[in-house]
Formats: sequence, structure tokens, C-alpha cells
Amino acid sequence: MSAPSGSTVAVRGKLERRRRRIRVSRDGLSTLAFLLPLLLVFGAFSWYPIVRSLVMSVQETNLVSTLTFVGLDNFARVLADPLFSKAVSNTAFFALLALIIGYPIPLVLAVIMSETRRYKSLLSALAYLPVVIPPVVSVLLWRFFFDGSPNGVFNTILGVVGLGPVHWLGDSGTAMPSIVIEATWAGFGGTVIIYLAALLSVPRELYDAAEVDGASIRQKIWHVTLPQLRGILFITLILQLIATSQLFTEPFLFTGGGPANSTLTVLLLIYHYAFQNSLGGDYGMAAALSVMLAAFLAVFTAFYFWLTRSWSTTS
Amino acid sequence: MKSRKMARRPHSAPQVQRGIISESDRRRPKVRWTFRFINGATLILLLIVGLGPILWLAKSSITPTQDTLRTPMSLWPHGFDLGNFAKAWSKTHIDHYFLNTVWIAIGSWIVQIVVATTGGYALSVLRPRFSRVLTAMVLATLFVPSIVLLVPLYLTIVDVPIVNIKLINSFWAVWLPAGASAFNVLLIKRFFDNIPREIFEAAQVDGAGAFRLFWSIVLPLSRPIIGVVSVFAVIGTWKDFLWPLLVLPDPNMQPLSVRLPTLQPTTPLDIFIAALAIATLIPIILFLVFQRMFLQGGDVSGAVKG
Repeated sequence: MSAPSGSTVAVRGKLERRRRRIRVSRDGLSTLAFLLPLLLVFGAFSWYPIVRSLVMSVQETNLVSTLTFVGLDNFARVLADPLFSKAVSNTAFFALLALIIGYPIPLVLAVIMSETRRYKSLLSALAYLPVVIPPVVSVLLWRFFFDGSPNGVFNTILGVVGLGPVHWLGDSGTAMPSIVIEATWAGFGGTVIIYLAALLSVPRELYDAAEVDGASIRQKIWHVTLPQLRGILFITLILQLIATSQLFTEPFLFTGGGPANSTLTVLLLIYHYAFQNSLGGDYGMAAALSVMLAAFLAVFTAFYFWLTRSWSTTS
Repeated sequence: MKSRKMARRPHSAPQVQRGIISESDRRRPKVRWTFRFINGATLILLLIVGLGPILWLAKSSITPTQDTLRTPMSLWPHGFDLGNFAKAWSKTHIDHYFLNTVWIAIGSWIVQIVVATTGGYALSVLRPRFSRVLTAMVLATLFVPSIVLLVPLYLTIVDVPIVNIKLINSFWAVWLPAGASAFNVLLIKRFFDNIPREIFEAAQVDGAGAFRLFWSIVLPLSRPIIGVVSVFAVIGTWKDFLWPLLVLPDPNMQPLSVRLPTLQPTTPLDIFIAALAIATLIPIILFLVFQRMFLQGGDVSGAVKG
């Protein structure tokens, strides 16, 4: 007799759990004490700068002269800058190349790895290793690989097959593709891990059902696996676009934006406006460009959150 | 022959384990050999791509400069020089910058843990009246790419509002902004949300207050999630470049990541590569020790960093 009544109590407890609050001095001093670190740190280093970036974009600021309201002047100056269109097209070019080169690789690897039985953990550890190497070390290391002389690492390899030497970072035509190769190497492991987890959640019955209908392995991948991964494929696509439009460390350390501005990205241009100006930082222009980039990214980010939310409620 | 093959297959229920390729597919010789070939190729490819650069780094760090310059791809160097590490460590003052990195990592870690656990506790368990608004405001910062805040955040560090302190060239300039991680707060809050409320009620009946509840119940229960946040906090500091570059212009304060690019022109090649190897060591060790945290998470939300 006692067992059923106990379980109903548990069920009711579960139902009420969401609504019940703890009655320890709610809104009291201790609550405030616990909230204080969050309020201080987020207030000073997150909420305040966010508001400030909006304000700054319509002001003329360089820390020396007094602040003056200039309306949309900063935006107009950024848009009129010939380097702006260069930076935007370079960043778009990078995003496109990274998509073509870097997007299919993790997916193919993850599908193969998910079928492997023996070295699965070894394979995923190997794929993830480049992700944990600090980006600065990766870039400095790859500078040796990209050495343009015939004795460079990659040129030595190409020389064996009778190709090269390629100038890699030294040539405005190959500099950006070189950076894409390094960035792909540095990031593909993280995406592989995401896909591996997603592949586990593909219902096994679908494969059974496809086999009953006589589907081959290729057909199973095409008609079961990929459609089931649709949601996650879209999420990684958006994540990649968000990440590629914020490219900084690689071009900054590889080429500094050169040769002939061929690797100048939007973020590099923000950095130039704010911190590499001989006349003192033009923070207004930097803020204006930041706000434009943020608005552009916000569309993707909002989309991302909307997707992951509908995703987590269904599963 | 046949019996050996049978014995090799796992005894457990095959239905649970299956993926795209079915058991009967796996028994077909054509499928088996093709798959074996693809598998082997993947293994070799990943060994070259994942381990190759690190092995090259390790080899070149003990190889004399001339060898690395002339034949960078030779498998066996003409001489070993373990002294490169010692020279890099003491003569190029890598030890100093390494320690800077360690200090920055420890401070950032403490700030992140304090903000995330206390904030998560207040928003999840204590739930003041305005907690929903606050949670939304924390969530909203996730929408703003951190990198876009670069300039206003820099100006904030130059002159912190209200208190008017200049934090340039102080580790606090890296420590404090690290705490403003919405991802950490929300991750920990979600973990706290899942702790059964009955536990708190029982503790309250026993007379525990808000602080006691936090210290003796919530924190011990949340060790796993705090571990996750900790490891990523340390790795994150090791990876950080742009922010410390901006707020720590004094070379004496700079971490390894900022110092390495400027050291390159003035450092002999072999010693420089040894320095790179030293900078890679800690993240790789952390990865090898906490592999599971990295590889079994598959947490999509973790991939977006702001």
C-alpha cells in the first residue's frame, strides 16, 4: 500500500519542482551578495561596453579631444574608405573558401569514424589535437611550413612530386588560400566531435527500415544519415560563418594584412582604425565598423539560437 | 577460419552498436575490404594531419638550426641538442612569460568560477524577483560577438567607470573581463536547475541558510560541471592572444602567446622552436588528461564563444 502513495508524492514533487522557490530571504541581502560578482563584472565588462559601442559609433572620440556628436558621420567615413570594401570582400572570400575546403571535411571524417569500431577514440583524439594547440603557436609553426623558399616544408613535399616552389604567404594570390588551409586544420577537429555526437542520435531503426527496402550503403548515407543531420549541419554552417567573419589572429600574425592588402579582414581593419593609427586611435570609425559587423553577425546568431532552442526542446 | 571470425565479433547485442553499415554488410568481403581500406587511409591521414605538425615541432626543437633550414623534412636530424629547451627557458626568459601565462590563467579561472557559481546559484536557486530579466540580460550578451566589443572594452580598461582606475598593464585587465562569460553562467545555472529542490528543502529544515546551502550542498554537487568550466578556462587563457596584446603592452607582463611572435626575429631558430614546444606542452597535457571532457561533450553551444 505504501509504494503507490510514495510514487504519487514523487510525481507531484516533480510537477511542482519548477514553480517552487527557495524561501531563504528572497530578495534579501544574501541574495544580493551572491549576485554582486555577476552584476559588477557583467556591468563593467559586458553591458556597459555594449551600450558604449553604440554611443561611440555616433561620436568623435580619440581620448584626447572632447566627445562630439557627429551623427552617422563615422559610418559614412567607413563606407567611403577604399580599404573597407577590400576588407569585406577579403573576409567574404575567406568565408567562401573556408566553406568549400573546410565544411565537407569534418562531415566525411565523422561518418567514416562513426563506423569504425577499433580506433574510434584514437581517431577522434588525433582529429582534436590541432584544436588544443594555441593559435599563436599554430600560426608561428605554419609559417615554417609555408616557407616560400624551395627548402620550405611544404615546398620540399611538393618538390618530391615535381611541383613548386609556391610562394604561399608571399604572393597575393595564394596568401588567403594558405590561411584557409591553416585555419581549416586548426578547426576541423571540433566540428568532427559535434558530428560524431549527432551521428549517435540517428535512430537505428531508420537504417533497419532502409535495409528492408533494399537500400545500399551509399543510399543509406544519402537518404537516412544526411537528412537526419540536417539540423546540425545547418548549425555548424552558421557557426562557421560567424567564426570566419571574425578572423583576426591568423592574418595578423601570418601576413599583417599583406601582401597588397590581400589578407586584410574586417577585424584587422577595426584593429587598424583603433590601434595602429599614427594620428591617435580613431575609435569612432572602429566602433562604427564594429557595430556594422555586430549587426551582420546578430542575424546569424539569432538564427542559431532559434535553431538550437527548437532543437533542444524536441530532443 | 570461420570460427575465428565468429569469435572476434563482440558478444553483446549487435542492435545497440549498429550504424550505417549493417552486420550482414560487414560480412560481405567487398564491403569489408573497402571499409578496411578507407579506415586505414583515415588513420594514416589523421596521424599525418593531427600528430605530424606536433612531431615536426618536437623534432625541430632538438635539431640544430642548419638542419631545420636545409632539410626540414628529414626524419632523422644530424644532431640532437636538448639544450635548446634549457636555453629557451632561461636565456630567452620563456620561464618568465610562462609564469605570466600561469598567473593569468589562475586569476581568470578564479574570477570565472566565482562569478559563474555565485551568479548561477542566485539565478537558479535563490531566484530574486528580477532574476528572469537578469538571466535574459546575461543571455543577450551571447548574441554580441565578444570581438566586436574590443574597442569599447579597451576604453573601459583604460578608465574603469565610477572607480576611475586604469587597468592597463595589470593582470586584472585580463582577469575581470574573463569573468563576464555568459556561457559559463548559463551552463552552471542550467546544472543547478537540475539539482532536485527537495535537497535544498531538506537542508533548510535542518537550518541551513543561503551561504551554507551554497557552500556545503550546491558546490560539492556541482564538481563535474565546475571541472568542465575550469579546464576550458585554462585552455582559453592559453589560447588568448588579441586581448592580452592590447591591455598588457609592457613586455614584462605579457603571456607566452603575446611574447612569442615578437621574440622570433631576435631568437635563434632552434631555440625559438623549443619555445614553441614549451608553449604547447600544457594544453596538450590538459587535453590528454581530460580527453573525455573534450571528446564526449559534443556540446554545440560550447562552440560559439561569444
